[in-house]
Amino acid sequence: MDLSLSDEQKQLQESAERFAREKYTFENRRKIAATERGWLPENWAQFAELGWLAIPFSEEDGGIGFGPIGTMIVMEQFGKGLVLEPFLPTVVLGGGMIAQAGTTAQKEALLAPMIEGKKQFAFAWLERQSRYNLADVSLKATKDGAGWSLSGQKGVVYNAASADQIIVLARSAGGAREDKGLTLFVVDAKAKGLSRRDYPTQDSLRASELVFDKVSVGADAVLGTVDGAFSVVEDAVDRAIVALCAEATGCMDAINAATLEYIKTRKQFGVAIGKFQVLQHRMVDCFTNAQEARSMTLMASLKIEDKDAIVRRKAASGAKVQIGKSGKFCGQSAVQMHGGMGVTDELSVSHYFKRLTMIDLMFGNQQHHLTRYSNLSMAA
Amino acid sequence: MDLSLKPEHREFADEVRAFTRANLSPATREKTFSGKHYDKDDHVLWQQALGKKGWLPYTWPKKFGGPGWDVTQRFLFENVLAEEGAPRIIPFGVKMVGPVIYTFATDEQKERFLPGIRASTVSWCQGYSEPGAGSDLANLRTKAEKDGDHYIVNGQKTWTSYAHWGDWIFCLVRTDPAAAKPQEGISFLLIDMKTPGVTVRPIIMLDGSHSVNDVFFDNVKVPIANRIGKENEGWTCAKFLLANERLGIAEVPASKRGVSMLRKISDEPSMAEKIADVDLQVQALEMSELRALSTMALGGAPGPEVSTLKVRGSEIQQRIAELAMEAVGEYAALYQPGMLFHDTNETPVGPDHAPPAAPRYFNMRKTSIYGGSTEVQKNIVSKAILGL
Repeated sequence: MDLSLSDEQKQLQESAERFAREKYTFENRRKIAATERGWLPENWAQFAELGWLAIPFSEEDGGIGFGPIGTMIVMEQFGKGLVLEPFLPTVVLGGGMIAQAGTTAQKEALLAPMIEGKKQFAFAWLERQSRYNLADVSLKATKDGAGWSLSGQKGVVYNAASADQIIVLARSAGGAREDKGLTLFVVDAKAKGLSRRDYPTQDSLRASELVFDKVSVGADAVLGTVDGAFSVVEDAVDRAIVALCAEATGCMDAINAATLEYIKTRKQFGVAIGKFQVLQHRMVDCFTNAQEARSMTLMASLKIEDKDAIVRRKAASGAKVQIGKSGKFCGQSAVQMHGGMGVTDELSVSHYFKRLTMIDLMFGNQQHHLTRYSNLSMAA
Repeated sequence: MDLSLKPEHREFADEVRAFTRANLSPATREKTFSGKHYDKDDHVLWQQALGKKGWLPYTWPKKFGGPGWDVTQRFLFENVLAEEGAPRIIPFGVKMVGPVIYTFATDEQKERFLPGIRASTVSWCQGYSEPGAGSDLANLRTKAEKDGDHYIVNGQKTWTSYAHWGDWIFCLVRTDPAAAKPQEGISFLLIDMKTPGVTVRPIIMLDGSHSVNDVFFDNVKVPIANRIGKENEGWTCAKFLLANERLGIAEVPASKRGVSMLRKISDEPSMAEKIADVDLQVQALEMSELRALSTMALGGAPGPEVSTLKVRGSEIQQRIAELAMEAVGEYAALYQPGMLFHDTNETPVGPDHAPPAAPRYFNMRKTSIYGGSTEVQKNIVSKAILGL
């Protein structure tokens, strides 16, 4: 058993670490967050140049075949730097679904340019009533001649404002919460009938509400099989969950390091507050939580491409439970140990806390995944 | 020993409810239930209405203008106000500096300052913490040096809630830098915020809101007549005030309202159990608070055991905010400051209770830090009650 990184993986880690350290000082991050787009095209161009946009994909798909471990490595550094570029929506989700379910023509038209840095994607699945249930989709796809007409609403669509194509999960058949009868469509962001309201998120990302009013798409817009999208979506989301776990691990390392530094230097009652045993033990608990988060993320990254679907789902859910728990513990503890400074906008600690909180909310919180893991375990 | 309400108490509760419905602005009430932040007027107009009725200084002795209520009436008053969506009474005047003044001040000072506090025609803020004096408050450095019949004040206070709305600030200042123990060189000084040399600078919190500030004092001339109590004996006033601060800060009535709001927004089984759990925590805290009030009503001063009320109160407030965010799900991610801070016709994205959910969860992390952090409170109980 070998859990060490290969030389290539180490190089990737060093390169990503350097990017986060140099380009994402906290002051730089604040400036980038204040731009309208919310991320920098020059950073994205650098990702393309460094081959990062190709990380998860096989060589025959134009990738470099580093797989989930490669994704884990960069996402962890993105977490450390609170990086804002839309790697998750475009590469992991959009790219992932196209690689898994796309035709050769679709991969040429979408995946290849994305890897070159020329296309952005967004994934629109969530609706007002969905609440973590990927099958709770009502946006209707109605057959219209050879093509389709899409009508309905989607919410909290990350990166929609920057996307060239929006990958939409729609109901082509069946009841409101059935996992059969779902179809994925690739929709042009400028399609007639598609409108958007854009928002910042609590943690300085960008998301949108989308309204589809009889948006017309051709037969070639279908990604994968008609009515059969659910397993593609579930796999893509589980891979995204594991990527988020890696990002959260990076956030935890950074927030713990900042807190450790603070309690070593902040003096009250004539001594550094890190001398007080209560804070020492709490800092150790933070450290332990980050370690377990890293372990579960690594475990999940190793299992997320297992041929057994149950193994994949349990890996993703198990890791998501861990980082929900650990992220909350590290985030809340860091704020508490920073005292009043912890609840200001000024310091980076609250920004890491907010990102960790939002990661727990994405694609199912700790409770949701505990239930999913439990159900999967009972059924076995 | 009896938990039931006498008929006259029920009538009293009805009177409070009717008064609140007639005098609390519907717009202010709506802000409470929608989680929107209040303006100065939301607080002041409500407090002035209470003041005209003689109900604002409701914990004060009758001799100083209190209504002379018993423990049950005070309990009912606080609970009915919270149920009806009244904003919490800003404590700095009525609950903090007011009691310090009627306990330690001269008659002339009482006449000067108490009427404005009773009527809420003067707004107060608290100049305690400094960048180097948080938990270690006695380490404060803002100095007041005598110059004839004035003090010249220089220094910086931080975390000053509502300094941007304040007319006056009560400050702990260092009048004897050479005192053997730092606590022995501190005085309690009242400063008019309009005095030349006073500057207020906003501190933005992690949810984007503005309620606290830095306050800078640059050669500020303050009459010695504004000092409460003897020079270098201000720490006695400070401890008296802090004990009162800890008693009021458990926020049980607002947490009860929070629990019933949680039940309205979620009916998922796992959430229902979590709500039941925090509901029971609130009940335990409420009874603990009543026991403390009952002791005080018999003439005892709030003891160090009130520190446990503050710790548990803050944990409960945080838990309720956490569950409210959890109940929203993914829509809590959208940041909608228009919904929180401004009067707007925008409709919220997602459920109505979505916009304030995450900001409130973030903001409530302060409750285990302010008013004496949880760590400090536990040290107090450990030392003063457990003798460790």
